[in-house]
Amino acid sequence: MAVKGEKVNRIEVGFRKGVRDALGEKVRRRVVEHLRINVDEVKTIDVYTVEGNLSRGEIKQIAEGPLTDPVIQSYAINRGLAGDFDWLIEVGFRPGVTDKKDWDPRKGVRPYVPKVVGEDRPHVDEIDLNVGDESLTAMSSDRVLALSLPEMKAIQAYLKNPAVVEARKKVGLGDRITDVELESLAQTWSEHCKHKIFNAFIRYENEEGKETVVDSLFATYIKGSTKEIREAMGEADWCLSVFVDNAGVIRFNDDYNLVFKVETHNTPSALDPYGGALTGIVGVNRDPFGTGKGAKLIFNTDVFCFATPFYSKPLPKRILHPRRIYEGVREGVEHGGNKSGIPTVNGCIVFDDRFLGKPLVYCGTAGIMPSRILGEPSHGKEIKGGDLVVMCGGRIGKDGIHGATFSSEELHEGSPVSAVQIGDPITQKKMTDFLLMARDRGLYRALTDNGAGGLSSSVGEMARLSGGAEIDLEKAPLKYAGLNPWEILLSEAQERMSLAVDPGKINEFLALSRKMDVESTVLGRFTDSGKFHVRFADRTVAYLDMEFLHDGLPQMQLRAKWLPPKHREPGFPEPDNMGHALRTMLARLNICSKESVVRQYDHEVQGGSVVKPLTGVANDGPSDAAVVRPVLGSFEGIVVANGICPRYSDIDTYHMAACAIDEAIRNAVSVGASLGHLAGLDNFCWCDPVQSDKTPDGEYKLAQLVRANRAVYDYTKIYGVPCISGKDSMKNDYQIGDTKISIPPTLLFSVIGRIEDVQKAVTMDVKKPGDLVYVLGKTFPELGGSEWFAQNGFIGNHVPVVNGEKAKKLYTALSAAIRAGLVASCHDCSDGGLGVALAETAFAGGLGLSVDLSRVPCSGIYRDDYLLFSESQSRFVVTVSPDHRDRFEEILKGNTFACAGQVLAENSFRINGIRGNRIIEDDIRVLKEIWQKPLKF
Amino acid sequence: MAKIVKTIVITGKGTNCEMEMAHACRLAGSDVVDIVNISELLYGEKRLADYHFLNLPGGFLDGDDLGSAKAGAHRIMHARVAVTGEPLYEQFSRFIQDGKLILGVCNGFQLMVKLGILPGLKGEYFKQTTTLTFNDSGRFEDRWVYLKVNDRSPCIYTKGIRGAYLPVRHGEGKFITKNDTIMKQLHRKNLVAVQYCGSGYSEPTMEYPLNPNGAYDAVAGICDETGRLFGLMPHPEAYTHRTNHPRWTREDLPEEGMGLAIFKNAVNFIRNGNF
Repeated sequence: MAVKGEKVNRIEVGFRKGVRDALGEKVRRRVVEHLRINVDEVKTIDVYTVEGNLSRGEIKQIAEGPLTDPVIQSYAINRGLAGDFDWLIEVGFRPGVTDKKDWDPRKGVRPYVPKVVGEDRPHVDEIDLNVGDESLTAMSSDRVLALSLPEMKAIQAYLKNPAVVEARKKVGLGDRITDVELESLAQTWSEHCKHKIFNAFIRYENEEGKETVVDSLFATYIKGSTKEIREAMGEADWCLSVFVDNAGVIRFNDDYNLVFKVETHNTPSALDPYGGALTGIVGVNRDPFGTGKGAKLIFNTDVFCFATPFYSKPLPKRILHPRRIYEGVREGVEHGGNKSGIPTVNGCIVFDDRFLGKPLVYCGTAGIMPSRILGEPSHGKEIKGGDLVVMCGGRIGKDGIHGATFSSEELHEGSPVSAVQIGDPITQKKMTDFLLMARDRGLYRALTDNGAGGLSSSVGEMARLSGGAEIDLEKAPLKYAGLNPWEILLSEAQERMSLAVDPGKINEFLALSRKMDVESTVLGRFTDSGKFHVRFADRTVAYLDMEFLHDGLPQMQLRAKWLPPKHREPGFPEPDNMGHALRTMLARLNICSKESVVRQYDHEVQGGSVVKPLTGVANDGPSDAAVVRPVLGSFEGIVVANGICPRYSDIDTYHMAACAIDEAIRNAVSVGASLGHLAGLDNFCWCDPVQSDKTPDGEYKLAQLVRANRAVYDYTKIYGVPCISGKDSMKNDYQIGDTKISIPPTLLFSVIGRIEDVQKAVTMDVKKPGDLVYVLGKTFPELGGSEWFAQNGFIGNHVPVVNGEKAKKLYTALSAAIRAGLVASCHDCSDGGLGVALAETAFAGGLGLSVDLSRVPCSGIYRDDYLLFSESQSRFVVTVSPDHRDRFEEILKGNTFACAGQVLAENSFRINGIRGNRIIEDDIRVLKEIWQKPLKF
Repeated sequence: MAKIVKTIVITGKGTNCEMEMAHACRLAGSDVVDIVNISELLYGEKRLADYHFLNLPGGFLDGDDLGSAKAGAHRIMHARVAVTGEPLYEQFSRFIQDGKLILGVCNGFQLMVKLGILPGLKGEYFKQTTTLTFNDSGRFEDRWVYLKVNDRSPCIYTKGIRGAYLPVRHGEGKFITKNDTIMKQLHRKNLVAVQYCGSGYSEPTMEYPLNPNGAYDAVAGICDETGRLFGLMPHPEAYTHRTNHPRWTREDLPEEGMGLAIFKNAVNFIRNGNF
């Protein structure tokens, strides 16, 4: 609403006649394709509302100047630009969206200003916790606290402690808890922030009824493995900071460190795909950025899990169509990544209809920082009592309140769309430009990001380093009036960092901030008082012991019971037409080309791209991993790769996790990485594993989680690939009414590593006719959970089992062969197995292949379809020039491998079966077209 | 003549290709290469007059929220340097009058066009006569394109180059002129320095995706009549070494990337010229 006396003007800007409206056409295409509504034409008009006492001439100047492109656009002031139309749809910012509009052909739409108008009357509630259990439970749910009864009771007990009551009295608080304190505790103790399930005490019962206990999955399996790997490396240990900061840090070389983190933003992306995903990417950007003294961001990697975009059944309530999720998420990550100038170098999309319940949106970002900044190691954090608490970047609004707690719940009827924040990459870019400058001048001591939980989380966490903090929320810059103190503390408004600044440096810091057009505000100071003290002006609104805030949470006690599922063994016959079978496989969503998505991400900005996501003779083959040069002018590079295979969870999550780890590592090895300088990130997305009325199979789901963790421990140790950071998201369920959809338990394993000379990297496309085709690794009848069984309507039971010791030996040899320059192409076998890998290798290189399956190393396989489509792990298709045959075989000696064919000069793709007969003869151009078609949106 | 070549690469407010652009300038032999945040210009800490070669890199100035580089252009037109009060645009204007070089890539090209310093027909700078708008596909795309160089163009950056293979990475790269007369003048004066073409570097093409955005007359980059101001949508700084090429693992390529020649031409021109 306009302030009295100030006129509101509406300026409409549209394309002139004859100029193509590409955005309108895109909207039309989407309306037709997504909503199946026939629309002839869509035209777009930009609307600006300008408020202020401006003359007619000034308004014209504004319209003509910054708002209109004189070459192709025209404008209208306070009248409609749209002429002939059936429907006028105005899309506005949230406060104005639902306003009723009247159209007058002469005046157009009446101008209005979409503003949030709030009363500036900050209010603090005091809540009596001296109530019964039922009331405590109700309170937790009514206030979206997501705290359990034992947790509520722990808070109740804290407030009864006489010493606590005494201390509170001195600052003017009573024995009732303030809403600021309660919200802050709920945020700090949320599953999202405290990883309660990963830290729970678990009694695990195996299929024979034997019970073992696990005191924290995280400590036992994740940190445990990393600790042992680091000890084994001894002096050579290149891990610098693991599990303690926003992201993990490893050494790159003597001069630089690498920082890497992957997170998910699932629930927000389910409710608002564009906003949720955009915030997911710009949010994870702040993790490596806010690690140690701060890192420059060098690449993104994204992995999405969706239901089929062609879903045609009725949608459960509140669930958006998967095609909308797909497009929205894709576009959100596009804007977040591209506009931040960070290349998206690698990623994948996994399809399974259970992701209808919640899509998974994994966003990862790596950074680089000088190993020392002004003589100090860059990877550590230190804060001294007396340092100032400074908030930097965007302002605080009501956006994203309760993000930490609501993502700790399943998607339900009342899930608030308002909990989704919308990021603005440019505000963040300006802030990161400024802070890197401040970093290099030594103007701050430490920084961290404001993500889930806002200031409560960032200041609360940083305060642990000094032993306390005291802040005044009245000083916090707000987007608009009307926020209560607890909202200011908890808001997840984006593009903000919290910093610790030495008082002696504050003037210089603030001056640079002003110059760089970034807002920075001193909110208070860090202390060693042992208290998290929050004031609003003179009034204390929260006064909590740091120890209670961070360590007062009672450990969860959970039970897990493993009963291996038994699926029907498939009984379908071997297909008569194997060529047709291969074509069908290539068109499956999990196998087909994702080019249309990849193209819309800038994968080359920063100039260091070496192995791009698309490769081969026509720049359209699927790379296994990415290689980038972070320091231009040097040939040292970084490899990044991902592994994910949720389908195997239907059989055994232990093997699902083992396969994900193996896939990530073998993808990295495919392009030239070596074991020895590879670090991992574990990212678990689970369905609720806590037994309850809502989740009657919680004990089984928890057993699945225990098993996956055991695999992480076992395989990271075998490969010597330590996890340096990770994340978990445990409530990926949908429950409305009687409909419950749980995602398949999913582990994304991401690896980052150093490659000495990027000029030694290889890509997956065949290179020259006459090159020999090798198959590395042994194929077993491991089709349980495979794409081939899924194609035939089965799950099966024989899930791929990773033989870590053998794989490690093979990877070491293959890396050596690649380093020696003996490998022309290398592609790993994953979804769709050998058959798909061979076809992709061939058509990416634009040359045919001839392969004899009878020469492929295998065991227990008597069917051609099983040999072609088994998903046994740790296998590769490698092509080698005949000149290098002897040296290649010498290096590989002692491993399972065989030369099974050769690259052809023509377009023919020929496969002879186990019995020597020709089973496939196809044209690689046709195979490629089939592979490219399904997601060519 | 051994003249010291000084290059400035402007960043800030959403620019994001400054590192590789500066790297390309260094590889091309520029003696001084400073990455300068536009705030430093606005605070009078750095001045354009101290440089010979101005680089406007790619990115998303102010998020391109009013259309690509639109807000950025208005900042340059209307902002004043702190303390001195000097309009920033005067620094740009003088830089051009002094015959110095400006190269704009992608968002930098969009900025030059919206500022009207390209094409600057008849020396009339700061008047917009052409634009770069949304790709016909309606989407941002990252793909490599073939560029045919106009060998009769006065463009000093493309001298001795027949064609180039470079990546485009934009959502708003479709070149349009205000009217046909302007397009005709651009052609007549050979200001259309580079056009999208097929892999043989022969004929300009309107065929997607060779012409990735539907640019009129396949225009990928234009220069002014002096040939000293040049803007293009494809990224020459993204191809300075053979490992940048999408097919470097399968083709015999020279060590030096095709984009570098553009920077070398600029640096050599300055070294041999005199301003």
